[in-house]
Amino acid sequence: MSAAHLPALLGGLTLAACLGAAAVPRRALPGVAGAGTALVGAAGVACGVAALDRGIEPIELAGALPLAGLRLAADATSGLFLVLIGAVAVAAGIYTAGYAGRGHGSARTPLVLLPVFVAAMLAVPLAASVTTFLFFWELMALASLALVLAEQRRPAVREAGLAYAVMTHLGFVAVLVGLVVFAAAAGAEEFGGLGEAAAGLSPATRTAVFLCTVIGFGSKAGLVPLHAWLPRAHPEAPSQVSALMSAGMVNLGIYGVVRVDLDLLGPGPRWWGLALLAAGAATAVYGVLQAAVATDLKRLLAYSTSENMGLVCVALGVAALLRATAGNDEPTAAGAAAVVALTAAFVHLFGHAAFKCLGFLAAGSVLAATGRRDLDALGGLARRMPTTTTAFGIAALGACGLPLGCGFIGEWLLVQSLVHALPAGGTLVALVLPLTVGVVALTAGLGVAAMVKAFGVGFLARPRSEEAERAVEGGPAMAAGMGLAALACGVLAVAPAVLSPALGRVLPELPAVTGQGAGAVPAPDLDTVLRLPGTSGAMSPGLLAVGVAVGIVVALAATHWRARRRPAPLRDAPLWACGGAAPTARMQYTATSFAEPLQRVFDGILRPEVEFAVTPYPQSSYLVERASYRSRLRDVVESVFYRPVLRAISAAAAVVRRAHQGSIHAYLAYGALGLVVALLVAM
Amino acid sequence: MSGGTEVYAAQAADGFSASGAAGAVLQVAAVVAGAPLVIGWMRQVRARLEGRAGAGWLQPWRDLRKLFAKQDVIPRGTTRVFTTAPLVLAATSLLIAAIVPVVTTASPLDEMGDLFAVVGLLLVGTVALTLAGLDTGTAFGGMGASREVTIAALVEPTILVAGLALSVPAGSSNLGAIVESAVADPGAVATPAAALAFIALIVVVLAETGRLPVDNPSTHLELTMVHEAMVLEYTGARLALVEWASAIRLTVLLALLANLFVPWGIADAGSGVAGLLVGLVAVAAKVCVLATLLAAGEVFLAKLRLFRVPELLAGSFLIGLLAVTASYFLPSPS
Amino acid sequence: MGLVASIRRLGRIAEPAPPTTWAGAAPPDQASKHPEAGGGAEALPAALRGSLQLRHVDAGSCNGCEIEIGACFSPVYDAERYGARLVASPRHADGLLVTGVVTRNMTDALRDTVAATPEPRVVIAVGDCARDCGEFAGAYGVVGAVRDVVPVDAEVPGCPPPPDAIIQVLRQVTGR
Ligand code: SF4
Repeated sequence: MSAAHLPALLGGLTLAACLGAAAVPRRALPGVAGAGTALVGAAGVACGVAALDRGIEPIELAGALPLAGLRLAADATSGLFLVLIGAVAVAAGIYTAGYAGRGHGSARTPLVLLPVFVAAMLAVPLAASVTTFLFFWELMALASLALVLAEQRRPAVREAGLAYAVMTHLGFVAVLVGLVVFAAAAGAEEFGGLGEAAAGLSPATRTAVFLCTVIGFGSKAGLVPLHAWLPRAHPEAPSQVSALMSAGMVNLGIYGVVRVDLDLLGPGPRWWGLALLAAGAATAVYGVLQAAVATDLKRLLAYSTSENMGLVCVALGVAALLRATAGNDEPTAAGAAAVVALTAAFVHLFGHAAFKCLGFLAAGSVLAATGRRDLDALGGLARRMPTTTTAFGIAALGACGLPLGCGFIGEWLLVQSLVHALPAGGTLVALVLPLTVGVVALTAGLGVAAMVKAFGVGFLARPRSEEAERAVEGGPAMAAGMGLAALACGVLAVAPAVLSPALGRVLPELPAVTGQGAGAVPAPDLDTVLRLPGTSGAMSPGLLAVGVAVGIVVALAATHWRARRRPAPLRDAPLWACGGAAPTARMQYTATSFAEPLQRVFDGILRPEVEFAVTPYPQSSYLVERASYRSRLRDVVESVFYRPVLRAISAAAAVVRRAHQGSIHAYLAYGALGLVVALLVAM
Repeated sequence: MSGGTEVYAAQAADGFSASGAAGAVLQVAAVVAGAPLVIGWMRQVRARLEGRAGAGWLQPWRDLRKLFAKQDVIPRGTTRVFTTAPLVLAATSLLIAAIVPVVTTASPLDEMGDLFAVVGLLLVGTVALTLAGLDTGTAFGGMGASREVTIAALVEPTILVAGLALSVPAGSSNLGAIVESAVADPGAVATPAAALAFIALIVVVLAETGRLPVDNPSTHLELTMVHEAMVLEYTGARLALVEWASAIRLTVLLALLANLFVPWGIADAGSGVAGLLVGLVAVAAKVCVLATLLAAGEVFLAKLRLFRVPELLAGSFLIGLLAVTASYFLPSPS
Repeated sequence: MGLVASIRRLGRIAEPAPPTTWAGAAPPDQASKHPEAGGGAEALPAALRGSLQLRHVDAGSCNGCEIEIGACFSPVYDAERYGARLVASPRHADGLLVTGVVTRNMTDALRDTVAATPEPRVVIAVGDCARDCGEFAGAYGVVGAVRDVVPVDAEVPGCPPPPDAIIQVLRQVTGR
């Protein structure tokens, strides 16, 4: 079978999965829908591998869409994203068989739509023309919207769905305008033609296209201030959909930026890089800060998605900025650092997809077992759900960006690119990059706080609610889905070398970042020891893991020193409660109290709404009868940025409403007036 | 992959030296044996300044020896996290002791992790302990964990920016390379950039190792505790591991600080037995001096209120930022 | 700086270590073992030689004993030089310094604290109240002396016992 048949296989499998899920009896539905989704994902991975290997030649389906038809093709860059999204879909699909089997998001419509959503996501990187791209982009948005609304009986879900619908379509409009302007100015519709014509466009057009597409794609990737839909929609969707959206769909926002702004538009001025950098930095810090104070497990993960996309965007921005600084005449340190930054972006995309997929699947397992997402009501799951706890632990380690976790390598590469760019980059770079290092470091630090909270409060110690007390594991299919994602986390954490061949093909396809001719820089060598081109940084995640393992063995041996003199160990000893009665589960630190110091430190940004009321006895104002304390955290960007916009829109709508009196005569008059205006304009 | 890779592969091949390997073994042994002595020495200095006789600098070793013979207590409701956290803490500390240039700059493990990986490993140890604190489910365990994580998160920008200030002149973030470049260019130590980075790093060391004014290592009042509150449930060998590892972290960070700014005497790839011994004596002397200064300084300090600590860390971040900028705009004369 | 001047002026405040009074096998009257708790100083756990972490429990004292314990660890007496140190948790402790009569409200707390201290451990009853209820014998809130509630390994008489006496017992445990 040649590579050209693979997209057809993908389409066929999708159709089969859909029809199968629509036709089978209810009992078999979760299994069929899950297996179908996993198969579509696997087909996506196969497409991706083929694309990475040799590329997929353009396929024209002239009659598939009116006017333009569909045009599919894939180069290595597309292949990278196909593999990424396909792999997430495989894990999520297997998981679905168990998750929906336990009655979560198990209505027929969402399960039938699940393979469609995956296929639409896979088709976006396969698209090779503006029409095709926009078609699949919108299909993906609609399918995901329907999936978010799977549990539409809950009001929170409907509200989230509305927010998502509005934001995703505003984003679509921005992408649409950007791409249509691009296509009109370039006089071409396929991506190949666009790329060739881009260099000849006027700077104003290029800037307009850049801004429109970055806004549109940025809203999909959850960049501040366009992130607001993300922490609403991702938590409310069924968990396998959350995983697909947070570990899969957001990456397509990055794909859009890479494809259109870094690839097709070609090298841009320095401020493009700075703009990406600034947007990414704001997103990373804001996202992680919200994650650090969030108490809803899935909302925390959603904000963490925003944070990580911010980091990827920072890496892309640094790469673009350094490339604009470096020039193409000779290999320069700035050029080398740009390549490292771009590598960091891709490596981090993979790491993030692995740990975020696992995180949402584990959170879904908790949700299925307890019905609670509120960390303040969880705890004690480590003894009751060991598999899920281990899975979430691996995901959290990755999300911390610490060594041994799969998020570390991306962040390390990013910091390395900053270190090595500094001496070579000129004054602007010298002022911007140290601050960027600070931002990345703060993000990493707060990410640790957020994940320690999620894991420590949610899974360890004693249960804080009856539901958590009764939690049990969710069965083999869910465990298998999580196991697959955990395996990916482990491999990416210790052997990033698996990405090396793919990156070796992708990077040369993006000369706008990696440089051309004499200025071209090879991809970094992600071997056992990571080495960077043109610089002398080295680090080995695999050997670090071995080192820690050896250290643990040594430490374990050390604990046997004088062991024979020890009295027999005292197990199950009551906790030391300072001599008071045994501490109850309510006396444990909660997620809220855990994050309180951080909330206080970042008071100015988070602006919690605190109500503190003291009711004294009538006899004396010094005798307190009751004291009540309430603290609520909202998304500040939402209240500061969106409220005024929404208010302005409703005000405008009120004006327009006055024209609608319900009289048929008035509408006839409007119609006539419109015709006259149109005729006048046409003349 | 072009010639660049081969060049580095060649470098890696001659990066391994027998002297470096011997030095790495020596420095791990020295740090493991010497870390409790550093703590004992600091307590002794403090005792003398307070007019006391002091327990002697061997006391921490006596404490450890005793702890290893004490009963193990596993509190009710704790999980494997509680029992393995000390092992992870100890393992990361040992690994750091092997990577960081203490006695020699040519540790074969130097390639395994650069400055940023070492910082990450430190944080892995901290995270293990905070999770153990949360795992006990006591109010104090959670409180200590929350505070420790807050401080660790806020100190991170300072570490990385100060690290950047050190890596930029050396052209590498691998610690061996940074120290070697300081040996080769002694003048660079006297630049404003280096001085600022030094100040920032001192704050980092204080915060990371829980010394005054960030945390009081000898407090008995739970409400003021940070590090100590997380380990209140540990007994016997596990407590000993926690204390030992904390001592190792302090010792290694002091040695690193000393070698980064006063690298003289440190052994390199070509050193023989004598060179390694000189390196050992030199680092022992340097750590001794730094420990004395630190202990003496603590006599004059009170613990900061928890919510004043972020101000200290923000200040140190600014100093670190100045250090980077200075290293760019005011390059060293040579 | 005032502190520097004080440090220079005062120099070493700690008094020279007094001679040990238990000297050898025969336990002195001043720090006698309770008969039920077993034989002489040799019965004290050998594992605690050289290092003794202490947790203090006030079971119902008038706070006179606390002042004396505080004095033990002051620069003048400096009990730390014999290897004794106060710690924050009984889990970290090897010995408990129990002061005062055991009141009803503190009975359970005292038992819990002893149970929370890992073996080998010593319980030291400090002051006359702790030994035999002293001033408070027969009072309505009193359960009894410390040995009526938990096993006691060593006792320090006196109301309040002078720091020297407390330190003698501590040195007996640490052997320094
Ligand atoms: S022994 Fe004396 S000083 Fe000590 S508690 Fe009893 S009455 Fe107070």
